Amino acid sequence: MSDLATLEKSILDQIAAASDEAALEAVRVASLGKKGSISALLATLGKMSPDERKTEGAKINLAKDAVTQALATRRDVLKAAALDARLAAETIDVTLPLRDTPADAGRIHPLSQVWDELTTIFADMGFAVAEGPDIETDDYNFTKLNFPIGHPAREMHDTFFFNPKEDGSRMLLRTHTSPVQVRTMLTQKPPIRVICPGRTYRIDSDATHTPQFHQVEGLVIDKGSHLGHLKWILHEFCKAFFEVDHINMRFRPSFFPFTEPSLEVDIQCRRDKGEIRFGEGEDWMEILGCGMVHPNVLRACNLDPDVYQGFAWGMGIDRIAMLKYGIADLRQMFENDVRWLNHYGFKPLEIPTIAGGLST
Amino acid sequence: MKFTLSWLKEHLETDEPLDKLAEKLTMIGLEVENIEDKAKALAPFTIARVISAEQHPNADRLRVCMVDTGDGGAPVQVVCGAPNARAGLISVFSPPGTYIPGKNITLGVGTIRGVESRGMLCSAAELQLSEDHDGIMELPADAPVGRGFVEWARLGDPVIEINLTPNRQDCTGVHGIARDLSAADMGKFKDPGIRPIKGEFPCPVQVTVEDPTLCPGFALRLVRGVKNGPSPEWLQQRLTAIGLRPINALVDITNFMTYDRARPLHVFDAKKVQGNLTVRRARDGETLLALDGRTYTLDSNICVIADEHGVESLAGIMGGEASGCDENTTDVLIESALWNEINIAQTGRKLGINSDARYRFERGVDPAFMVPGLELATRMVLDLCGGTPSENVVVGKQFGEDRVIDFPLSEVKRLAGIEVPLVEVKLILTRLGFMLAGAGPVVKIAIPSWRTDVQGKADIVEEIVRIVGVDKVPMTPFDRGEEPRKPVLTPIQQRTRRAKRALGARGLVEAVTWSFITNDAAKLFGGGQAELVLANPIAADLSDMRPSLVPGLVAAAQANVNRGYPDLALFEVGQVFRGDRPEDQLVAASGVRHGDASSKGLGRHWTGSAAADAMDAKADAFAVLAAAGAPMQALQIVPGGPAWLHPGRSGTIQIGPQNVLGYFGELHPRAAEALGVDGPMIVFEVILERIPEAKQRATRAKPLIDLSTFQPVSRDFAFIVDRTVKAGDIVRTVQNLDKKLITGVTVFDVYEGKGIDPDKKSIAIAVTMQPRDKTMTDQEIDAVAARIVAEVTKKTGGTLRG
Repeated sequence: MSDLATLEKSILDQIAAASDEAALEAVRVASLGKKGSISALLATLGKMSPDERKTEGAKINLAKDAVTQALATRRDVLKAAALDARLAAETIDVTLPLRDTPADAGRIHPLSQVWDELTTIFADMGFAVAEGPDIETDDYNFTKLNFPIGHPAREMHDTFFFNPKEDGSRMLLRTHTSPVQVRTMLTQKPPIRVICPGRTYRIDSDATHTPQFHQVEGLVIDKGSHLGHLKWILHEFCKAFFEVDHINMRFRPSFFPFTEPSLEVDIQCRRDKGEIRFGEGEDWMEILGCGMVHPNVLRACNLDPDVYQGFAWGMGIDRIAMLKYGIADLRQMFENDVRWLNHYGFKPLEIPTIAGGLST
Repeated sequence: MKFTLSWLKEHLETDEPLDKLAEKLTMIGLEVENIEDKAKALAPFTIARVISAEQHPNADRLRVCMVDTGDGGAPVQVVCGAPNARAGLISVFSPPGTYIPGKNITLGVGTIRGVESRGMLCSAAELQLSEDHDGIMELPADAPVGRGFVEWARLGDPVIEINLTPNRQDCTGVHGIARDLSAADMGKFKDPGIRPIKGEFPCPVQVTVEDPTLCPGFALRLVRGVKNGPSPEWLQQRLTAIGLRPINALVDITNFMTYDRARPLHVFDAKKVQGNLTVRRARDGETLLALDGRTYTLDSNICVIADEHGVESLAGIMGGEASGCDENTTDVLIESALWNEINIAQTGRKLGINSDARYRFERGVDPAFMVPGLELATRMVLDLCGGTPSENVVVGKQFGEDRVIDFPLSEVKRLAGIEVPLVEVKLILTRLGFMLAGAGPVVKIAIPSWRTDVQGKADIVEEIVRIVGVDKVPMTPFDRGEEPRKPVLTPIQQRTRRAKRALGARGLVEAVTWSFITNDAAKLFGGGQAELVLANPIAADLSDMRPSLVPGLVAAAQANVNRGYPDLALFEVGQVFRGDRPEDQLVAASGVRHGDASSKGLGRHWTGSAAADAMDAKADAFAVLAAAGAPMQALQIVPGGPAWLHPGRSGTIQIGPQNVLGYFGELHPRAAEALGVDGPMIVFEVILERIPEAKQRATRAKPLIDLSTFQPVSRDFAFIVDRTVKAGDIVRTVQNLDKKLITGVTVFDVYEGKGIDPDKKSIAIAVTMQPRDKTMTDQEIDAVAARIVAEVTKKTGGTLRG
C-alpha cells in the first residue's frame, strides 16, 4: 500500500470513529486544514515535475475528494444523531392539567343573563329600556297608579317604608316597577314603547318570596294599541324567551288597580321530576299579569284616556329565570354561594343575541 | 271564598258538570284555586262490619280482624292497630289499591308480622275528615254495610274555593257568583224578589248615628219570642262544608247571610242591651271583650256600637261577648248596616282581626241591599226560630247613588280589539244586572248597586270581554313602526352590561347581594343617613340602604370562606344610595378577591399562584373603566383612599380632585374587623355615573393608521429614586417628552433591597421609539436617551443606576 493510500485509509477510519461534530471537525482540520496532512501533500506538488505533478496531483485530489465526501456524510449522520439525542431529552408532561382561563372561570349571574335576554327580545320588537329609582314616593308607587288611599289593594303589597319626613310624607321602597311607567308617561310623549326592568321590594320571606326581587314591566301608549296586540306581544315574547316553537297561553280576567281590563296569563307546561317543559303538558302555570292601562292612571299622567290608550304587563325576572333554567329555590339567588353561581351562572362570553340565539 | 256545588245550585239552575263550571269561573275572572271533591277522592271507601277481632300472634298491639265488606263475598282479613277494633263495630273499609289521602300512600296487599292483610279499617284522619288519629271510625249500628261511606255520610258535596280579587265584593256571596255564571251561559240565575216583612210593633230600641261618614246607613229590627238552639241540619252542613263552626241558629243565620248574600249582619241579645244604641267613635282606652274571647283596647279612630252600658260591638268587624246570642236568647236585635270601608280596613289591621264581616265591609257591600238583607234575615229567623218582628228602624241612606254612564259601543273594539254585536253586549250586561238604554252608537248604561267596582267605560269593556272570553280576542301583530333601529340602552345601561361582562372575563363571579345592610356597616362606608334607614326592616341586620356594594360583597365572600371555599373572586354591579332622591341612586361596579385569587386564577396551581393584592383590584377597576368607555389616558391614580381602605395599599382613581371615579386596595384591618371578616380582602368600587360620556362622533370610521416602515428602537433605563417616587410619574414624564416619537414606556422591573439604600428603590423602564421618516442614527438615539435621563432626574430626583 502506498503512503497516500495508507494516509487516506487512516483519515477515513478517523472520520468513521468521530463520535461528535467536534471530533469530526478535528479530523477535518488535521487532514484538510491549512496544516492538514492532505493539504501538506498538495503543497508538495509545486516541487514536482509537470508529468509527476499530473499523476500525483490526480491521486492526491482523489484522496482529498474521498475525505471531503466522507466528512460531509459523517457530519450529516452525527448532526441527525445529535438532534435525536437532544429531542429525546426534551420532553414535557403533556398530561399536566390546565388552569381555566379567566373567561372560563368568570360567571354572569342568571338574573343578569335573563335581564340581557329580555332586553334583546324586546329591543328587537322596538322597545326601549326605562329605569327608575328604588326609593319612591307613595304618590308614584300607589296613588298615581289608582290605588286609592286606604284601599285593600295596597295591603296586597307589603311595603317597606322609611321614617316620615317633617312634612309627614314618607318615602318607600317601590313594591313594583310600575312607578317607572308613571315617570315615563310624565316625561315622554306617546308613542311610548318601553320595558322597565328593576329591583323591587316587599316584606316577605319564605321559600318562594325574598324581601327583594326583580320585575320587568312593559308599557305601550299610543292611539290604537289594544288587547289583541298585547296578547300577540306576550305570545311572541314567551316563544322567544323559552326558546320553543309554539306555546299555549291562557289569558284570564283578573284585577290590578292600574289596569282595566286586567288579565293574568298562564302558560301550558309539563312538570316532570322538577323539570318544567313548555309548549306541552297539562298544567297551567301563572307567569304574568297585564291589562289595558287604567284611565285613572292615564289621567294621573296627564294623558287623555279618550285620546290615548295602551297596555302594560309585568312579570318576575327571578321567576322566569327559575322557570327557564330549572332553578328550584329563589332564596339561593341571593345567597351567593360560589358553588351555586358556578353551576347556574353563565360564562361572560355567552352573550344573548338575536342572530346567535339567547342561550345557545 | 268557599262554597259548595249544591249551595251554588240554590242560586243557579244548571246541568253543567263541575269541571266545566270551574273552568268557566276561572275564565270569567273568578279563579278557582281548589276543588275539594270528597265524592271523588273517597269513592273507594265503604261501610263495613268487623266480624271478629283476634290478637295478632306476633304483635301485642295489633289485631287480626275479619271484616264483612257487604259485597256478598267471603270476609276479608285485615290487620289493624287501632285500640278500638272489636267484633261488631261498624267502620270504614278501604280495599287494596285505594289511595289514602291522610297518609299519602296507595294501599297494597301486605303482610304484617307474618299475617296477610287485604285492606284497611280507617280513622277519620286517614280520610282527612278530622285530626282524629285515636282509632278507626265508629259508625252507628244501623249504618248500611257495603254502601259508599261518602254518600252515606253526605260528604259528597264538592267544595269550590275561589281566589277572589279585591274588586269583586259582590262575589263574596254565592248569589253573586251564580249571577256571573248565568251571564256566562252556565245556567239560569234564580233571583226571586225579597218580600218585606211587616212589623207588628214599633222597634223599642232607637238608633243614633253620631258620624255618618263612618256609618252611612244603619237598619235594625227586634224579633221577640224566638227560640234559639242548634240550627237545622242543612244549615249546619252548609257552614261545616266551608269550614265554619255552627254555633246556634241566630248566629248561623248571620254567617249564612254573609256567605250567601255577601251581607254581614250582627245579632244582639236584646235583653242584654241597655236602652238605645249609639253608633260612635270609641273613647280612648275603652275596651271590649269580643266574640273571639279576646279583649281589645280601643281608640277614637275605631267605630263602635254602644248602649247605655258602653261598647257592645266593633262596628262591621266583630260583636261583643256580653250582648251575644246564646241558647237562652228570646229577643233578638238584628243589625244590617253600611260602614266606611277605609275605617273598617284600618281598624281591622290595627286590632289584627280578620273576620268575614271585615273582609266584606272593607271591600264595600251593596248599599241597596242593607234593608232587603235585613228582611231576608228576619224571614230566616222567623222560619227557624219563630217570634214576632218589630218594624224596621232605618237611619241614614238605604240606597246607593244612581250611576249611569254614556258608553260608546266602539270602546269595546278600541280597547279590546274585538267586535261584539250590540245584542250580545245587551245580553251580557243585562244578565249581570246592568240596564241599557239606546241602540248606539252611544248607549246609556245604569250600573247595578252591587257593582261598586264598575266606574267607567273601561270597566264596562272588561265586563263584556271577560264574559265573551278573553280567548276570543284575536292576536294582532304589533307593528314595530318606522323607528330607526338604534341601540335602545341608555349609556348607564350599556356601562352596566359591559362592566359585568368585563369583570366576568377577568374571572370574577357575579353576586347579587341585598340592597340593605346593617346600620353599622352603612356608617362605616359613608352611609347611615336618617333618610336611608328603613322604618320597618325585615330584620335588624337589613336596616339601611347600602352606600356601597363592598360590605355586602365582603360578607358574601366571608360566607364562602366559612363554607370551605377560601379562594374566590366576586363582583357585583348594582345600585348604591347616597340619599333618597332619584339622583342620589348610583350604579356601582365592585369586586372582592380573597385568598389565592390573583388575576392569574383561583387556588394553587403548578403554573404559579399568588394571593390577591391591591394591584389585582386596580386591574379589575381598570377593566370596568375601559369596558365602560372611560378616557383611560386621563385617569389619575392617587395613593390612598377612603377610611375603609388600607392607607398604604390603596388608590383613588380620579379625573382631577373633583371627579373621583372609584377606589381600589386592601380592606382596612379595622373595617375588616368591624365587618367580622378575616384575612385580607382585596376590593374595588367604581361609580359608573362618574365616567365622563365620550364625545359623540359623526362617523363610525376610525382615523387612518400610520404604519411606519422604519424599525422601532428600544432602550432600557434603570433609575434609583426615593421610595416615595411614583412609578406613574416616571412613565408620564418620559411619555410627555416626545409624544410622537416615544410610543411605548413599560416598567419592567421594580427593586428594593440588597444593594440599594433602604429609602431608595430601583425602577427599570423600557422605552420604545418609533421613527417616522428615517432610521435613527446612534447619535440621535443617544440624544433622546440623554434627554430622558435629564428629564427624569429633574422631575423625580432619580439617577441612572450604575
